Amino acid sequence: MGQITLKQVRKSFGEVDVIPGVDLRIENGEFVVFVGPSGCGKSTLLRLIAGLEDTTGGIIEIDGKDATALPPAKRGLAMVFQSYALYPHMTVRKNIAFPLKMAGLSEADQTAKVERAAKVLNLTAYLDRRPGQLSGGQRQRVAIGRAIVREPAAFLFDEPLSNLDAALRVGMRQEITELHQSLKTTMIYVTHDQVEAMTMADKIVVLNAGRIEQVGSPLDLYSHPKNTFVAAFIGSPKMNLIDGAEAAKHGAHTIGIRPEHIDFGMGPWSGTVILSEHLGSDTFLKVNGGALGTLTLRGGGDVAAGPGDTITFGPQMAKLHRFGQDGLAL
Amino acid sequence: MARAVPLRSKIGYTAAAWAVALLIFFPVLWTILTSFKTEVSAVASPPQLFTADWTLENYAEVWQRSDYPRFFWNSVILSVGSTLLGLVIAIPAAWSMAFVSGRNTKDLLMWMLSTKMMPAAAVLIPMYLIFQRTGLFDSHIGLVLALMLMNLPIIVWMLYTYFKEIPAEILEAARMDGASLKNEILYVLTPMAVPGIASTMLLNIILAWNEAFWTITLTTTKAAPLSAFIASFSAPQGLFYAKLSAASTMAILPILVLGWFSQKQLVRGLTFGAVK
Repeated sequence: MGQITLKQVRKSFGEVDVIPGVDLRIENGEFVVFVGPSGCGKSTLLRLIAGLEDTTGGIIEIDGKDATALPPAKRGLAMVFQSYALYPHMTVRKNIAFPLKMAGLSEADQTAKVERAAKVLNLTAYLDRRPGQLSGGQRQRVAIGRAIVREPAAFLFDEPLSNLDAALRVGMRQEITELHQSLKTTMIYVTHDQVEAMTMADKIVVLNAGRIEQVGSPLDLYSHPKNTFVAAFIGSPKMNLIDGAEAAKHGAHTIGIRPEHIDFGMGPWSGTVILSEHLGSDTFLKVNGGALGTLTLRGGGDVAAGPGDTITFGPQMAKLHRFGQDGLAL
Repeated sequence: MARAVPLRSKIGYTAAAWAVALLIFFPVLWTILTSFKTEVSAVASPPQLFTADWTLENYAEVWQRSDYPRFFWNSVILSVGSTLLGLVIAIPAAWSMAFVSGRNTKDLLMWMLSTKMMPAAAVLIPMYLIFQRTGLFDSHIGLVLALMLMNLPIIVWMLYTYFKEIPAEILEAARMDGASLKNEILYVLTPMAVPGIASTMLLNIILAWNEAFWTITLTTTKAAPLSAFIASFSAPQGLFYAKLSAASTMAILPILVLGWFSQKQLVRGLTFGAVK
């Protein structure tokens, strides 16, 4: 089990309302990603669920039971921290066994569970080392091992990959996704990286200033952003947002078009290339579109346009997003 | 790159450091040397640093005239006992100040430390009366309590400084792993703070060992430590410098040796947290 419900959960630090009131339902076995810019309250929300912060108001239910006032240890959740938070004075074996020891398991049960977790995470060879003797990726695996041995109702991940280098991050991302597929346990994952959110999540919760902007599947958020914030936040490079006369032509206050939904060589718009980035498979062009503003375009690897070139381009009309004055999708 | 220091400055700094160290150590050196002199050469005028007639007689007489081992054991019991009791109280106190600090934590710490600035003589009479009426006078328990209370602000302050260096996330991880507060402190915080706790312990043993005001005032025979042992050699008949020096040397020697062997740990402890 691992069904979590937040009802009007609020958190204030003194006068500052960090979470003004959040309602959310996370189903059993779901992989939910909280995503948003720095300071949006995503980590605070995770810590409220974990019990590491007290709520100012509202109710947190875990598997239908009110857990708002329960201490972290009694919530049946496991957490993986950004800094790994391993116990530096204990070996890998003792680190992983620690939650089992706290639960009062026998030595034999502890050993069996630790060895099984170590096997799943390829840590068997490192069981007698200390965290200081491991690489970043191995440390993160130990942190995950410590979480899985408890067989928790849900896993909470607080930006677990941000201390790893880019190559390792991709590998660990896939490992965590595979782990979710094999364990089928609820996972809540906090990140500011929308690529992680898009690739891992069943459900993404986009947060801004402590408020939920939109909840949905990755493709839902990509195809049907509810407002300009989500439109600009989800997708890389981010969506081009155009105000003024051009938007008015489409009956909107703002129109949005993703770089990959702009066709080259035809269409009503033109501009001067400021910058071109050739990635091999793709080419990103930064274009000064005059009244349209600065736009980003995405083309194939064979696009030859370079800085100073004038190019013609236009949006794929079916992929055009329209937003009203209040920023909401029309 | 390390800053280049000219040779002449290096020699100058080294000489100055030795001069200061010698100046600080000189009274101890004088005491040790005097303890090997006869009473006559100890009071010679003008004073002599060295003498021709070295003797061990003072030590023999001091040993004979008093029960040194009893004073020594009392010093051990009082200094180690008060430090251990202090740690038992200060570890949870420093934990709460470091990890669940409130708005007034800093003020509370400052207040605790400010009690160290109060002259001990100001509370002499109430302390004496309390000790006498509660049966704590000249008892190990009474003296352990008094020394513990005296050093508690320093123990809390030092541990607070060490604990602040420990990432809170590690303690939160322990909480998530199902550790109770007791287990969190026992299995995670304390082992991680061992170097800090060790240097706090050493420093407080030294402070308690050297404490003279309360240990002399609140004891007579049963619980009297080495400070009282030294004082017993300043008799109304006059001061016998050579014997007093021998007694002093015997009193400070154990702690001097402990301090010498643990100086690395002590220096690390005292400068901990100064630079990250």
